[in-house]
Amino acid sequence: MAVDTTEAAAAARQAMGGIGVSLARKEDARFLHGQGHYVDDVVLPGMLHMVIVRSPHAHARIKGIDSSAAMAVPGVIAVVTGELLAQHKLAWMPTLSGDTQAVLATDKVRFQGQEVACVIAETKYIAEDAAALVSVDYEPLQAVTTPQQAIAPGAPVIRDEKEGQTDNKIYHWEAGDKEATDAAFARATKVVSLETFYPRCHPSPLETCGCVADLDPVTGNATIYMTSQAPHAHRTLFAIVAGLPEEKIRIISPDLGGGFGNKVPIYPGYVVATAASLLIGRPVKWIEDRTDNLISTGFARDYYMDGSVAIDENGKFIGLRVNLLSDNGAFFADAQPSKFKAGLFHIVTGSYDIPAAHIVANGAYTNKAPGGVAYRCSFRVTEASYFIERLVESAAVELGQDPVTTRLNNFIQPEAFPYTSASGFEYDSGDYPAAMKVALDMLGYDELRKEQAEKRARGELMGIGVASFTEVVGAGKGKDYDIAGLRMFDSAELRIHPTGKGILKLGVKSQGQGHETTFAQIVAEELGIPASDIEVREGDTDNTPFGLGTYASRSTPVGGAATAIVARKLRDKGKLIAAHLFEADVADIEFDHGKYNVKGSPDNVKTIQDIAFAAYTNLPDGLEAGLEGVTYYDPPNMTFPFGTYLVVVDIDKGTGQVKVRRMVAVDDCGVRINPMIVEGQIHGGLTEGFGIAFMELITFDDEGNCIGSNFMDYLIPTAWETPRFELGQTVTPSPHHPIGAKGVGESATVGSPAAYVNAVIDALSHLGITNIDMPITSDKVWAALRSKGVTE
Amino acid sequence: MFPAAFDYTAPGALDEVLSLLSQHGDDAKVLAGGQSLIPLLKLRFAAPVILVDIGRVDGLEGIRRENGHVRIGARTRHRDVESATELRGTLDVLLDAAPLISDPLIRNMGTVGGSICHADPAGDWGAVMLAVGAEFVVKSASGERVLPAAGFFEGPFTTGLRSDEVMTEIRIPVGSGRSGGTYLKLERKVGDFASVATAVHVVLGGDGRIAAAGIGLCAVGAHSIKATAAEAALVGQAPSDELIAEAARLAGDAAEPKADIRGSAEYKRDVARVFVQRGLHTAINRAQGATA
Amino acid sequence: MKVTFEINGAEKSVDVEARTLVVDLIRTKLGMTGTHIGCDTSNCGACTVLLDGRPVKSCTLLAPMLEGRKVTTVEGLAQGGKLDAIQEGFHAEHGLQCGFCTPGMMLVGKALIEANPHPTEDEIRWGISGNICRCTGYMNIVKAIQHAAAANAAENVAGVA
Ligand SMILES: Cc1cc2nc3c(=O)[nH]c(=O)nc-3n(C[C@H](O)[C@H](O)[C@H](O)COP(=O)(O)OP(=O)(O)OC[C@H]3O[C@@H](n4cnc5c(N)ncnc54)[C@H](O)[C@@H]3O)c2cc1C
Ligand code: FES
Ligand code: FES
Repeated sequence: MAVDTTEAAAAARQAMGGIGVSLARKEDARFLHGQGHYVDDVVLPGMLHMVIVRSPHAHARIKGIDSSAAMAVPGVIAVVTGELLAQHKLAWMPTLSGDTQAVLATDKVRFQGQEVACVIAETKYIAEDAAALVSVDYEPLQAVTTPQQAIAPGAPVIRDEKEGQTDNKIYHWEAGDKEATDAAFARATKVVSLETFYPRCHPSPLETCGCVADLDPVTGNATIYMTSQAPHAHRTLFAIVAGLPEEKIRIISPDLGGGFGNKVPIYPGYVVATAASLLIGRPVKWIEDRTDNLISTGFARDYYMDGSVAIDENGKFIGLRVNLLSDNGAFFADAQPSKFKAGLFHIVTGSYDIPAAHIVANGAYTNKAPGGVAYRCSFRVTEASYFIERLVESAAVELGQDPVTTRLNNFIQPEAFPYTSASGFEYDSGDYPAAMKVALDMLGYDELRKEQAEKRARGELMGIGVASFTEVVGAGKGKDYDIAGLRMFDSAELRIHPTGKGILKLGVKSQGQGHETTFAQIVAEELGIPASDIEVREGDTDNTPFGLGTYASRSTPVGGAATAIVARKLRDKGKLIAAHLFEADVADIEFDHGKYNVKGSPDNVKTIQDIAFAAYTNLPDGLEAGLEGVTYYDPPNMTFPFGTYLVVVDIDKGTGQVKVRRMVAVDDCGVRINPMIVEGQIHGGLTEGFGIAFMELITFDDEGNCIGSNFMDYLIPTAWETPRFELGQTVTPSPHHPIGAKGVGESATVGSPAAYVNAVIDALSHLGITNIDMPITSDKVWAALRSKGVTE
Repeated sequence: MFPAAFDYTAPGALDEVLSLLSQHGDDAKVLAGGQSLIPLLKLRFAAPVILVDIGRVDGLEGIRRENGHVRIGARTRHRDVESATELRGTLDVLLDAAPLISDPLIRNMGTVGGSICHADPAGDWGAVMLAVGAEFVVKSASGERVLPAAGFFEGPFTTGLRSDEVMTEIRIPVGSGRSGGTYLKLERKVGDFASVATAVHVVLGGDGRIAAAGIGLCAVGAHSIKATAAEAALVGQAPSDELIAEAARLAGDAAEPKADIRGSAEYKRDVARVFVQRGLHTAINRAQGATA
Repeated sequence: MKVTFEINGAEKSVDVEARTLVVDLIRTKLGMTGTHIGCDTSNCGACTVLLDGRPVKSCTLLAPMLEGRKVTTVEGLAQGGKLDAIQEGFHAEHGLQCGFCTPGMMLVGKALIEANPHPTEDEIRWGISGNICRCTGYMNIVKAIQHAAAANAAENVAGVA
């Protein structure tokens, strides 16, 4: 009976938990019981606690530090200063971008919140009491708080300790073809420009950063539990920074309470805790409080963007120019591939077929916290996507077109893939009009445009925002992409035990993305071993193969590919064993979802479990025992997820408040391994995008005081403000990825801010309001309305 | 972040509380729900020598109607006002304000009296109490005083309360006229203090004219503000759109906002105007629909 | 000073400094690490516990305030090895990602459906608005609480029948 078979097949598939199954997460149990194991849950015998004393000034010379009162508090073990670290050559450390960063300040402080001293005590209460007693004598200096000020002649030089550094400039970088772009602009019939600022925001995972450093003075073994999205890379960097032998360092990244890029860099706290543990001979725990986290660790964006699109007589985009100025704070610590000073910003041509583009980027030091991590984004792709999608909105307004029309006119067409962009990316696959159509249908776009027209006639403000983003994720290939010299491959090691159950060890590291489930599903798909029988291990450098870690949506594109490939290696070895068991020729062995048979006799099968057992018990001569393998996967190209997001807003004229009424998100991330987890990732990203668009902001006053230094001021949306999302999908597999997946963790944060902002602008553009920079707060909207004479 | 060390005591009787306060003077702090005080202690903005927790003193909680007053025990939680649906029709503004204070968890701990005594210029209860013409009963070892809300708030975190006094009760007069009110709050997200908020309470006479009007403004000055000129403009008048617009304009003028990250002074003043205008419409509609 | 209270059904007597925050008491003194710390300003709810059945922020409570009261933490949700309906709901609906907010969210959700067995989506969103989740975008947390409410309702019907 056909129906039965289908149901049975579906049930079998569900039980196996292969690709496409929304398997409930394997990792949930410990979290549901409150047994997740985060770094602050690590308690070791004799463990001490560290608190950091931070600079209240943005820019000041340190004239002296008096720690005697702090040392006198009972229970205080040590007060570490930059001077002490300097004796061990640890006062400065390298950053991920090849600059240096002060571990503890010696000469000057260069941002408010900079690490100046560390108090180590028996309890954290004592450490905090004593930290308040460390007295630092500062001579305040003029603070530089914007990159424009920083590069102006006569600005105080922030990095005066760097040899040859006579100004505040960090880098100059260009991409694309200037001549071709100039030519395009010369023949354009219309040029539309946009100047916008993508403000500083912060990933602020709910768990802050921290570590427990445990150095054994006898064996020299260093075990460091730390909030790390990239434990292997961190081990290597630790070896370099602290001069510890790499084979003695073990980094354990336990359960992470979110990351979003914040846990990619190495922070001074980790280094001091490690050094202190070495010097004192006891484990040292350092856990940031929220203010520590917001004022000193990796922020994101802070990008000034100014550019234009050249348009021909048919409304086609023919050229794009962008000028960038980035505020990198006091130390250039961006986490990004080393050849690309503006990250992957040159994806800025986005979903559009623009034959010529030229991008110029400059970076500047300011008296602000360093970092420049990608907050749920693949290296400045968010800024790029925001810019092009906002610029296209402006173009539509100036062309007098519906923004959907402008996009459809200029999309890269489905048959054009693989497509080489003007800035040099080779897009793997895409069907942009298809995703757009699904989104428009879900929203009921035409009806809403009618409603908008009626409302406008009555003086009510309603807007519909469109964004059709294209992302680039899954770096490398390793030849072109490296971080601090480490090539961006990733790894998987798979061991199938004699009973047919196995362990998969990865170089990537989940921060909540559900790797323990998703990666087991890839193995289930490839080998036919139920996902429930595959244990996934990550985060412990002693027990996992070297990998670059999880950020920039690279786990599925790179780690996932490595998993598929290593599973296929074992599958092939299984064929050799099956041939032996069947006494047949290897060439005649067939494999299908966990079952081997000889061609022509499909009913006589050996299961993968039989084969696993035989791998340890009954092998052909000359074949190595075991069913294990490891793969280091260097991707041939990146993947290019895309989608269309639509947002409907209503605006209160009296207060300027914006209410998001609807949010439709159609994503194409190629093959979805676990659709439930994919949707969860999209929900999270849309919410962070919403936060960035409307409330998340770190800013500074003229003296360089940080505003946004706690959750009273750094606003994170709650369930009440957060829109209800309506998700849709199209599936365009990546042709070069072993299972056709593209990576999805960040699409929604990349694509959604422009959709939200475009919706607001769409509600206001008929009044002549063309831009409001994020976060779009009610007072900014009110001021814009007032400037056009609109009031309640 | 953690508080610096202090002594702690939780007496079972009010007399004990009062004698401890008179003994320790400025070194002591009353602890009620702790939802303002504990955050301050953690930030080490406050460092009292001794905390006197009033959590064990009987008779400080609950909402009663008695002798033409609604009497709210000072230690009544925000959450309990929120669910006091019997106030609907009499004191709408309290019921509308309560759920907008901080977030559901803070409301389970924070108290009405604590909020009033704390006198955060952005605290919501201050404006509400000004609008409804509340009186505060405060006690010390030397006796009891009854302080009207008008004049109680003197500046940021400063009130007419002495350091040896405890607030025990809030009394709100409720007359026989038809009344209505509402509270409107502009907050950037749930859990945020107000950027601007306005409390409006009106009583209609038998002739349909406005017999009494109370308007309190929150977060637009150094303390909660009573918009007296606007109130005066309303009293004795028959409700109309023009009257409401004029009162709202006067209320906006009474605001003394400062520019900050939440917006310019003009912005806040204008939102106060818009909110009072909307609030008066709602309040009058409600009063007109109410049965006396 | 000495403080005596009940936690997850067991009576505890501890000797602590008066300034000890309840969250630290639970995590450090009692070694129960399911209650988390996510902020310093009482905004995030990662530290949520039930105090006499009502959700509160344990980072904004002093240890001596517990005297004579009943506390429930995430560790007290499962009974006799059986998951509470709220835990089942979070698992079934993918209501958690990194898991850091989850203990607080589950406790708030449980208190919410006990007070209001058939909450609307708005009531749920309002009820959990004192708790921040940075990962899930709340969609599935809402569903998880609805799932638990439905399961409780089904059990009550079964119980009556
Ligand atoms: C995250 C967060 C958000 C908040 N948002 C808001 C908001 O939007 N709106 C708002 O209005 N409030 C808000 N609050 C404050 C909250 O409402 C507090 O509950 C309230 O302000 C203080 O009440 P409490 O009982 O907790 O007082 P406590 O913190 O115990 O005490 C506060 C002050 O009042 C004194 N005090 C308390 N009770 C008495 C008494 N009976 N007699 C004499 N003195 C007394 C104390 O000594 C102390 O100085 C927020 C708090 C937090 C932590
Ligand atoms: S830790 Fe954030 S509210 Fe308690
Ligand atoms: S699941 Fe990570 S904060 Fe909620």
